[in-house]
Amino acid sequence: MWRDHLTEIIVFSLLFLLVSAMGFVAARWRAPKDMAHLDEWGLGGRSFGGWITWFLVGGDLYTAYTFVAVPALMFGAGAAGFFAVPYTIVIYPLVFLVLVRLWSVSHRHGFVTPADFVRKRFDSPVLALLIAITGIVATMPYIALQLVGIEAVLKTMGVTGESTVARHLPIIIAFAILAAYTYQSGLRAPALIAFVKDTLIYIVILVAVIWLPYKLGGWGDIFAAADAKFQASPSTNDGILLNANNQLQYITLAFGSALALFLYPHSITGVLASKNRDVIKRNMSALPAYSLLLGLIALLGYMAIAAGVKPLPGATAGTVDSNTVVPLLFDQQFPDWFAGVAYAAIGIGALVPAAIMSIAAANLFTRNIYKEYLKRDATPAQEANVSKITSLVVKVGAVACIVFLDPQFSIDLQLIGGVIILQTLPAVALGLYTRWFHRGALIAGWAAGMGLGMWMLYQIPHPNAALNRKHFGGSGFPLADFGFDTKKTIYVGIVAVLVNLLVAVILTLILRAAKVTEGVDGTARDDYFADEGDPRVTPGERRDADAAPEPVA
Amino acid sequence: MAAPEPEAPTTARSRAKDHSPWNWLLFIPILVPLIPAFFNDDSPALLGFPRFYWLQLAYILLGVATTTLVYQMTKKRGDR
Repeated sequence: MWRDHLTEIIVFSLLFLLVSAMGFVAARWRAPKDMAHLDEWGLGGRSFGGWITWFLVGGDLYTAYTFVAVPALMFGAGAAGFFAVPYTIVIYPLVFLVLVRLWSVSHRHGFVTPADFVRKRFDSPVLALLIAITGIVATMPYIALQLVGIEAVLKTMGVTGESTVARHLPIIIAFAILAAYTYQSGLRAPALIAFVKDTLIYIVILVAVIWLPYKLGGWGDIFAAADAKFQASPSTNDGILLNANNQLQYITLAFGSALALFLYPHSITGVLASKNRDVIKRNMSALPAYSLLLGLIALLGYMAIAAGVKPLPGATAGTVDSNTVVPLLFDQQFPDWFAGVAYAAIGIGALVPAAIMSIAAANLFTRNIYKEYLKRDATPAQEANVSKITSLVVKVGAVACIVFLDPQFSIDLQLIGGVIILQTLPAVALGLYTRWFHRGALIAGWAAGMGLGMWMLYQIPHPNAALNRKHFGGSGFPLADFGFDTKKTIYVGIVAVLVNLLVAVILTLILRAAKVTEGVDGTARDDYFADEGDPRVTPGERRDADAAPEPVA
Repeated sequence: MAAPEPEAPTTARSRAKDHSPWNWLLFIPILVPLIPAFFNDDSPALLGFPRFYWLQLAYILLGVATTTLVYQMTKKRGDR
């Protein structure tokens, strides 16, 4: 079976080895004087300029899983899967002004994680702990899903086995290598590898969107084939256009996902690693290049329909693994060596975000659990060390999720992840603008949004009735369940975060009236505008020097 | 119990850094892509793409143009 794919496997392995070598060399790239500091290992020295940030954040946000799952969604459901495009358009103007504030305050105070900021702003270790745990829980399944991306490729190349261990051996090896160079090089490794990953992806997709329509009879025929497939299917919720019932879901999912994206710890890690505010603002104009790429990748799902691709069987009998449609399309339409390049692009595409995510999760643990609760007087070197070890643990956990649990479990968790990370919005994003909210009210709002979000997700059955899965089947909640006379669905995250906000507002008013103590805001207004060159902006000697807010003369 | 905000004159000056009427433009690429009535149709098609697809891809340009314009108009000129 795998012998038919020998060329692909060789090209894939060579490129994989190349980036692994780069990962180890990265420790010496833009080498710091002292790697034993969390700012160096976990944030690349906070020194990345425009280009590196573009590759790093692009490689971080647009993950291998996205590249595999979005076209799979288009293949299965049609227009609804295209939400990824408005999602990744709306995001940048939305956070354009917010991220620079986060950058400034984080550099003045040496924050590494969003929870660090919340801790100082609201003077509440409990709230910070909740934010940190939410971030870790939301990130873990995301890392595991990157493995699903690699697995789809390996499966198509016929690299499978009978026993559990044999089937997963390539992934275990890949992740062991990844873990080793992330341990050594920290954020510099994904930053350097991102250059290769993105170059490969851009080449593959440009070739695909020119070559495949030419082979398949043009774009008109591709859309016609997709239309014919959805017309013929019994489902009423698919089609190449949206229908009256899924439009609300489409835009709330796009908007809610946009709100959530920069709350994920790994996105914030990428942002904080940039060297000044201008780098961030310029990237808000440059990152949409990846959105165009994503839009074109989404359409690969329709090309797979036009090419008559039949997805490989899934884990359980009678199901199909629709994540394999894009790898199969490449296998079928491209010469072997180029399919190998395409697979490597997806495989390496999984490594970059997996590395950054594990670093972000490790930083959260180190800063907001280890330093806060276990060892208050940890030195920067100890912090860096704990983070390095935690990043290993996180990766072992992700591999274990894929090897020992049904991959569907990770997909469910990632769905939940988007909803729960959104519950940190009032404290993190609104907190950058206002200290009006009471810390107690933010905690209560978080709990309310969390509870409601989980309940709503639990109520949603999988659209494919044959699977017999009654819970966590999607993110579109039928408004009929709230008692509205309609078939429309809405994105769970939006509802949950609105309730979260409502609770936070009401409780703030109550707690304020009751004169419950609010704690001290450790940040000053001026902190939110500091830029590179400011004498108090880190990197400097005074990080974490718990300075009282003082006016700068 | 909130900490007193320092009200030094320097604070007021740097606070103004982020404020600009140009920032309001950012609402355009946030709102327009979220109105399905604009894009949810077949015609007119462009190069074989139904309107649903080409228009949403074109919104990327709207987003880039807006953020670029706002950045250029609000960036610090020299040592102001």
